[in-house]
Parts: sequence; structure tokens; C-alpha cells
Amino acid sequence: MLDLLLRALLGGLGVAAVAGPLGAFVVWRRMAYFGDTLAHSALLGVALGFLLDINLNLAIIVLCVGLALVLVTLQKKHIIATDTLLGILAHSALSLGLVAVSFLDNIRIDLMAYLFGDLLAINQTDLYWIYSGGIAVITLLVVFWKPLLAMTVNEELAKVEGYPVEAIRLLLMLLVALVIAVAMKIVGVLLITSLMIIPAATARKLSNTPVQMASMASVIGCLAVCGGLWASYRWDTPTGPSVVVCAAMLFLIAYTVPFKRRR
Amino acid sequence: MSTRLVAFEKVGISFDDRVLLDSIDMVINEGEIVTLIGPNGSGKSTLIRTLLGLQVATRGQVVRHKKLRIGYMPQKLHIDPTLPLTVKHFLALVRGVDKSEIRPTLEKLGIAYLIESQVHVLSGGETQRVLLARALLNHPNLLVLDEPVQGVDVNGQVELYNLIEGIRDELNCGVLMVSHDLHLVMAKTDTVVCINQHVCCSGTPQHVTGHPAYQALFGVPGADESIAIYAHQHDHVHDDHGDVLSNDDGSHSHCNHH
Repeated sequence: MLDLLLRALLGGLGVAAVAGPLGAFVVWRRMAYFGDTLAHSALLGVALGFLLDINLNLAIIVLCVGLALVLVTLQKKHIIATDTLLGILAHSALSLGLVAVSFLDNIRIDLMAYLFGDLLAINQTDLYWIYSGGIAVITLLVVFWKPLLAMTVNEELAKVEGYPVEAIRLLLMLLVALVIAVAMKIVGVLLITSLMIIPAATARKLSNTPVQMASMASVIGCLAVCGGLWASYRWDTPTGPSVVVCAAMLFLIAYTVPFKRRR
Repeated sequence: MSTRLVAFEKVGISFDDRVLLDSIDMVINEGEIVTLIGPNGSGKSTLIRTLLGLQVATRGQVVRHKKLRIGYMPQKLHIDPTLPLTVKHFLALVRGVDKSEIRPTLEKLGIAYLIESQVHVLSGGETQRVLLARALLNHPNLLVLDEPVQGVDVNGQVELYNLIEGIRDELNCGVLMVSHDLHLVMAKTDTVVCINQHVCCSGTPQHVTGHPAYQALFGVPGADESIAIYAHQHDHVHDDHGDVLSNDDGSHSHCNHH
């Protein structure tokens, strides 16, 4: 039992630590709905992974990056407003995923676990994935912090100053896809975005610099995981949603308690 | 003769049937201040974006000097309020910047006191100076300023133009700026290029204001430039000519033969 809880805690902390800083970028660049769309498509990745018998995490990453590229291409063509496009892709991908999963009769698949996450089902392999993926994400974030931030602040200025803006944008998408792949086990496809944006939005209230906000988002995400896990253990509630509820409560506290912050 | 930094050679941009720029010829030399004027929708911004490499010319070419380094000051700065950012951090984002240069640059522009301020709370004039600082930190030999005095009152405008002229004198860089109001820029400008999709006329400010194509777009200057510094007596003329321009195709054909 203790082993189970410890694994859950380690997995959750690993995911939250990574989702926070990346969530800051998602918030700054107003990509929340974009992240949601990618997350929803992850279920399709799971189905494809089972059908083609390849590693699920890999299938998810490939699918998310592929979808991100499709999205950017369609966006450039201005066929339809971006939010409409995202809505179409998000829900088609989710539905397609659900349909595809229903074809997998010979494999028993816990749909709820993929939709809402199951922190307590984490095994050793999952932990390896979370930590290797997490370290990769954090390393890339640290190395490319300045170009990523420069692009976020003003793409045109960054481009004129010689930053390879297109490549950096691609990198950011890859990072989001990676985080979705590793976070899916914890909070499920429907709740992944919340683990990225709620801690980041909470951190905004408490920070004066981008680095502060990104690291604070990590800490707040970790607190939410601890709280959610504890509540889940105490009252036998579903872990994924409990973590998100806990994060939302921290957000409410941050914005109602009058902390002093220089505006 | 001073070095030629950029030359536009018959540059044209069109999408489908819409012509944004047509056969633009323009040269910017080292140490020269070029002011780009033209009515709204005349392609000023498109021309700037082409120079910056943000837009590709569909016809003609832009010849850039091998060592061209552009300092770009965009029209305005929108930073999402969810992104906490001080002026210092904003300026530290310049590619390859030497952070020890940030304070002296701000001092030169008279805004050293803003170094720890959040970028979201700056006034119009302060924002413009911070943007100018960012452009300067890129060590440019060409400054590209898109409506540098937007949202700044008349006194502030004069100060900014003096500052820009001072920078030109100090760095001997070229300056290309966009303006839709010639009166204040006049005294600081070496060359004026008046465009409306195509180059209507170009030359010294005196030459351009006397040119029929300019007058068709902006009206006959009522006084010489030193008096025109007290600009806004002309405001109504401006509005008027906006109307004339949209209703009267004659003015278009008028500048066509340049």
C-alpha cells in the first residue's frame, strides 16, 4: 500500500514539476485551447498505439506533434477562425479516439483511466517514462529559455534579432506534446490542460519575473498533487479530478487572499 | 560616398488581385534619415515588413548590405498581462546582448529609473523609449522605426525626434522611420519617400512638399517648415484630404506617372 502511494506521489510530483513551467508558456501565449486540443487527441494516440502495437507514449507524442503541425498549417491558410478550428479538431480527435478504442475488442482498456487519469495505477515503467520525459522537457526549457521567452514576448522582434522563430515554435509544440504524453496517466486527457494552466495562473499572482512564475507554477502544481492524493486516499475520491480540484482551490486562495504584489 | 545599406529594386507585393506594393525603388544610406510617409493603407507597414524580412517580395528584390544589422522598433508592444516582465528582463532578451550595456543604454535615453518597472505599466512615451533601447541594444547600423512617436504628445514627439537624430549622429547609422505626419519630422529628415502602393515622389523634404503628387495626398503646405513645426493647425486639412483621396480617382492617376 505504501509502495503504491509512494509511486503515485513520485509520479504526480514529476508531472506537476514539468507541467508548471510549460503551463506558464501556454498561459503567456494563450495556447490553453491549443493544449486541450492536443490532449484530446492523445486518446487517439492510445488507440493507435494498441492497434499498431507500438509504445503508447511514443504513439501519443507522434500523434500530438503531427496534429500540432496540421493545426499550424490550417491556421496559416485562414480557412476558418482559429478557435472554431481548435474546437473541431479537439472534439473530432476525441471522438475518433473513442471510436477507435471501441474497435479494440481483444484488449481490455480502462477508458476512465485514460480520460480522467489513475494516479494509483502507476507502475515502475511509467515512473521511468515520467522522469526521463520530464528531465528532457526541463533541460530543453532551460537551454532554450531565452529564445522561447523572446518569441513569446514579441515574435517579430525576435525574428528581426535573428532568433529562429519557426524552429522555436515547433520546439514548444514538441514540449507540450511530451508533457501530455507523460501526464496522461496522472490526470487523463480531459484534465491535462488544467494541470498546466491552473498552477501557472496561480503563480502569476505571486511573481514578478518569468522565471519566478515558471518555478512557482512547479511548486504549486506539486502542492496540488500532494493535496489531491491525500484527499483521494482519505475520502476515496478519483485521484486525477482530486488533484485538479486541489489546484483550483489554490488558485482561488491566491486570488482572494490579498497578497501584496507590485503591479 | 557613404555606404548603401539597403536598396529596394522594383519591389512589388501582391496577393491574388490585391496590389500592396508596386515597383518600389528606395535606397537607405549610412548616416541618412529616411522618412516614409503615405496615407493609411498605402503599404508603409508592408514595406517595413519586407525590409525586415517578415514578408517576402513577390516581385523585384531587396538588396541588403552584407553587414546590415537592423534595430527594429515596432509600432507598439503588446505583452500579455499574464507575463510578469520588468524592463530589465525585456531588454535582456535581445539576442546575444551584453547585460552590462542595459543600464547605460537606458541612461542615454533618459529612462534609467524604469529599469525595474513592469512593462505593463509604462506610459506611451516610456514604452517608445524602451522599444528604442531594445533596438539600440542590437547594435544596429540601420534603425527601423515604425511610427516612433505614436501615442506621444507634441513635446514628447519633439524630444523623441531629437533623440533619434542624436543617435544617428553618434552611431552614424541609417534610419528609416514611418510617419503619417510630416510636419514634426521634417526638420530631422534627409530624405522623404512618399508612397501610396507605388512611390509617388521622393527627395528632400522641401522638394517633396512642393511636389504635386505629395500635395494631392497631403495638401499644399500652408507655411514653411519652421512654422509648420506648430503642426496641428493643419489637422482639418488632413481629414479633408483623406476624403478627397477616397472619392477622387484623379489624384491616383495624378501620381501614377512617377
